[in-house]
Amino acid sequence: MILAQADEPLVEPEWVMRNLDRIGERLVEHAYLTVLAVGIGLAICIPLGILAYRHRRIYPPVTWLAGFLYTIPSLALFAFLTAYTGLTTLTAEIGLVSYTLLILIRNVVAGLDSVPLDTKESARAMGYTDRQLLLKVELPLALPVILAGVRVATVTTIGLVTVTSLIGKGGLGFFILQGMRRFFNTPIVVGAVLSVLLAVSADLALLGLQKAATPWARNRARTA
Amino acid sequence: MIRLVDVVKRFAGSQSLAVDHLSLEVEEGETAVLVGPSGCGKTTTMKMINRLEEPTSGSIFVDGRDVTAQDPVTLRRGIGYVIQTIGLLPHRTIAQNIATVPELLGWDEIRISDRVKELAGMLELKSELLSRYPSELSGGQRQRVGVARALAADPPVMLMDEPFGAVDPIVRGRLQDQFLEIQDRLRKTIVFVTHDIDEAIKMADRIAILNVGGVLEQYDTPKEILRNPANDFVKEFLGSERGLKRLALVQVGEIEVEEGPVVSPDDPPQRATEAMQRFGTDWVSVVADGELLGWVDEQGLAGKATVGEAAPRKFSAYVTAASSLREALDSLITSTTQVAAVVWEGQRYRGVLTAERISKEITS
Repeated sequence: MILAQADEPLVEPEWVMRNLDRIGERLVEHAYLTVLAVGIGLAICIPLGILAYRHRRIYPPVTWLAGFLYTIPSLALFAFLTAYTGLTTLTAEIGLVSYTLLILIRNVVAGLDSVPLDTKESARAMGYTDRQLLLKVELPLALPVILAGVRVATVTTIGLVTVTSLIGKGGLGFFILQGMRRFFNTPIVVGAVLSVLLAVSADLALLGLQKAATPWARNRARTA
Repeated sequence: MIRLVDVVKRFAGSQSLAVDHLSLEVEEGETAVLVGPSGCGKTTTMKMINRLEEPTSGSIFVDGRDVTAQDPVTLRRGIGYVIQTIGLLPHRTIAQNIATVPELLGWDEIRISDRVKELAGMLELKSELLSRYPSELSGGQRQRVGVARALAADPPVMLMDEPFGAVDPIVRGRLQDQFLEIQDRLRKTIVFVTHDIDEAIKMADRIAILNVGGVLEQYDTPKEILRNPANDFVKEFLGSERGLKRLALVQVGEIEVEEGPVVSPDDPPQRATEAMQRFGTDWVSVVADGELLGWVDEQGLAGKATVGEAAPRKFSAYVTAASSLREALDSLITSTTQVAAVVWEGQRYRGVLTAERISKEITS
């Protein structure tokens, strides 16, 4: 990061104290934009992933499209979308969601693929219907891999949210942009450090959730 | 109970048949073992019974009803299923795994938990295992859970595909014995798949020997197949110790035994000598009121007034009605007299068994 002024202190505590309220608001906005993006991403990718898992032929075009979206530079995407949807949360979310798709769809399909064949077959042989098989066997067993994808998507999105400051959103990215415009270090450091902390704590929280949701994956082979 | 009529299975894209016009009937309460080399269609045949595979043509009846006319989900809930890899649900505890089918059938919780405990007891699964996950159990424990799960809703029919295949031979033998005991009480109608002829002989009421391409070579009781293999393929598949395998299946009580040279303790030694001459032996059995006391020889009788004074010696080889001929042969060849005394419960004398008598059983 290129700091605006080399001779000023990295952080002026006075500024931080004066702006605590705004920092809090932006932190909440940051988290909100992230949760919304990953949530919508999941809402798209779980059904789409199940469809691609069942009908293998649609998987390549779906990943191709998601991969294409993933390669578009974020700055260019937001600038392009602004022409249609303006400086809105919608614009921000279209971009943010687009970048979660590739990671999430791959993990949903990989998660479902990781369910052992003999487990599925014996569940069918016990008399699970297709729907029960999906909801009670395949999705629960795919959960660790899906949640691993959610972790990566969340951390990536938290980083990307800062870019949406260019269209007037941005959560903590607002301070980074502000600092750059004013040649003032403190907001840049505050925005960046809090963004990193948010990413790290979201990652740890999801890791905790993953462990809590998959108790069977612990203590493998205690007696075997 | 289970009837296959002219069943054919051809997999999509395959030139050859997996199952070739197979007709087979499994009586209620019997275990039919499908055995054969890989590619003989044994697993495919089994999977057509609960419609995990659909026959290309022909029909399959379970309890008189055509399976293809039934809803597969309902059908499967009424048929127990165990496979080699077991396929326990890794995210469910052992108790939940055993409860799978009762849950699907909508049993209430109390009935389910009672049933789980009952099955855990039946299969000797310690109660502390019930709250664990499958990954925390040993191979043998997992196999038993697989059997418990298949039995949970007390289905009249069970399908078992190498259910004891994934464990070492010692554990396998124990699991087989345990299952035979359970089956003795429950009398399920079972289709059991294995590639191991010894397991087939041990578990089966009837064996279906299948050849590559799903051709049925012979379907009969283990004894009959061993006595009378239908062709060279069956003969070769049975392996080299066919005679010994057969002996293991016949119990001493099932065959006629000679009475042998017998005298009572009150008889004079002369009677003993006559008996020895008649049977061409140098010993006689001493039996009082139907109870076997032992044997005496010429040397022991010298100068005695009655046989009883000669202090009969114990036979070194005893067999009972429940012994297999294989066990009898084993005690015979290690005994000094080359003869085994056959006794019923409580030392009731039945007769003697000789190596010739047993070999007659093999060659008949």
